[in-house]
Amino acid sequence: MPRQEALTVRQSQTESKQELYNFKNKRVSVMNKLMPVLLFLCASVSVLTTIGIVITLITETYQFFQKIPIFDFLFGTKWSPLIPPKSFGVLPLLSGTLMITFIACLVAIPIGLASAIYLSEYAPKKVRKVIKPILEVLAGVPTIVYGYFALSLITPLIQKVFDSAGVFNALSAGIVVGIMIIPMVCSLSEDAMSAVPRSLRDGAYALGATRLEVALRIVVPAAFSGIVASAVLAFSRAIGETMIVTVAAGSTPNMTVNPLDSIQTMTAYIVQVSLGDTPHGTVEYGSIFAVGMTLFVITFLLNILAQFIARKFREEY
Amino acid sequence: MEALININKLNLFYGAFHALKDVTLTIPEKAITAFIGPSGCGKSTLLRTLNRMNDMIPGTRIEGGLSIGGTEIYSNEVDVETLRKKVGMVFQQPNPFPKSIYDNIAYGPRLHGITSKKELDEIVETSLKSAVLWDEVKDHLKRSAFGLSGGQQQRLCIARALAVNPNILLMDEATSALDPISTLKIEELVQELKDRYTIVMVTHNMHQAARVSNQTVFFLNGEVIEYSDTEKLFSNPADQRTEDYISGRFG
Repeated sequence: MPRQEALTVRQSQTESKQELYNFKNKRVSVMNKLMPVLLFLCASVSVLTTIGIVITLITETYQFFQKIPIFDFLFGTKWSPLIPPKSFGVLPLLSGTLMITFIACLVAIPIGLASAIYLSEYAPKKVRKVIKPILEVLAGVPTIVYGYFALSLITPLIQKVFDSAGVFNALSAGIVVGIMIIPMVCSLSEDAMSAVPRSLRDGAYALGATRLEVALRIVVPAAFSGIVASAVLAFSRAIGETMIVTVAAGSTPNMTVNPLDSIQTMTAYIVQVSLGDTPHGTVEYGSIFAVGMTLFVITFLLNILAQFIARKFREEY
Repeated sequence: MEALININKLNLFYGAFHALKDVTLTIPEKAITAFIGPSGCGKSTLLRTLNRMNDMIPGTRIEGGLSIGGTEIYSNEVDVETLRKKVGMVFQQPNPFPKSIYDNIAYGPRLHGITSKKELDEIVETSLKSAVLWDEVKDHLKRSAFGLSGGQQQRLCIARALAVNPNILLMDEATSALDPISTLKIEELVQELKDRYTIVMVTHNMHQAARVSNQTVFFLNGEVIEYSDTEKLFSNPADQRTEDYISGRFG
């Protein structure tokens, strides 16, 4: 009898042990299987959108080039898609876009870089704490606001200096696009410079370098790949900028090097056609896809170039 | 040995923290002086006052006298960059610039206006020779300094400091990140350099101080407890706290 009892005790012990070491939990295992699927779906939204956009661009552009020879499009110097005699040479739009971008970079890269150097090398902590958020606010201003800022403030100023400047001109829009991308250049370059280790600066200071020498000859070279990346990003942002140029640069496709003239950029042309009553399926309608494709290819190549430059000039620390 | 650096009742504050208290000390010329003491005792802080690297830390305040060769270095007329050119520094972690070996050494001379290729070549060679690194790197001066081993990098940093022709060399625990063999090489190098330079080194390693230095200064809680000839300090310390520290009772 005592033996029997002992046996049951042992049995119940084994049972409770099994229970104790029961690692199965249905709820958790279902969650574990479901979560990756859900997350993957979220991630694929943006991927699928990109694929969709590229496919649309390619098919519409292909149809456009069935009607207009690609050579005429790429090398034609007259852009007149809406008013006969119709002509689809993209160079005036391209030159307008590049002029805006060039002016914008001329404004943004020196000022952005100088502010980044100030913030990372000179500014006391307190000043940096105030300026950085302000810069980020500047980056959040809607571009339409910048557009009217160009039109109602910068353009009159330019007209005071240059009599020949029109109400719509590339200079005003370019300057304001530049102002718009300053925060981007500044913020990204500053991040890159702040990431340069303190010890490198100490090493240079200990050799008798001044703050400026440390900034220009140690920090900037060490952060160069980040700085180039910021500049190229800013460049592609300027190329793609739409609202400011639509409002302030005019809508005259114009092969000119005079920044005081009215011009039209690729983006502004796309806006013009999409807002008008151009019927679907026409050549004019197709032209915005061809222009969009051109824009896409340029930005794409720029990004590759940026990566190449960044890799080539990388100074590792 | 003649005193080169005179420190007189020096007090240093980081904000409200009193990091150096009434430090009075003389450092002899063309000899090796070692600063020892437990972590946070102020030895590195004092070292960094000698080339005014503490200026960089906001909220630092200094009172008292600190003269090098008779010049008060904290007076307004002193040009910090010229001072740092004359008082070189080597750090705890080797910190070569992300440039070639050649450009690392040439950085300082270029900074101070030397542009002639011939002159720079000469400086690079003599500096690397002084730092006993020349034979190891002479065939690939254009390679990145990051390809060197830790010990080589530290000797490169010494060469870089020597390239601007300083009189004083400060070494802030310059061997603590290195393996024993590299450490030994640097110690031998320092021995060679003391004929030409005044060397002040901070070290965590008492044995290193005993092996290498001519004079040793013992710090505790921001005060100089005792300083004297290394031999005397280690064999016959005047203060009980020094005795306790060097015999390993704390720290």
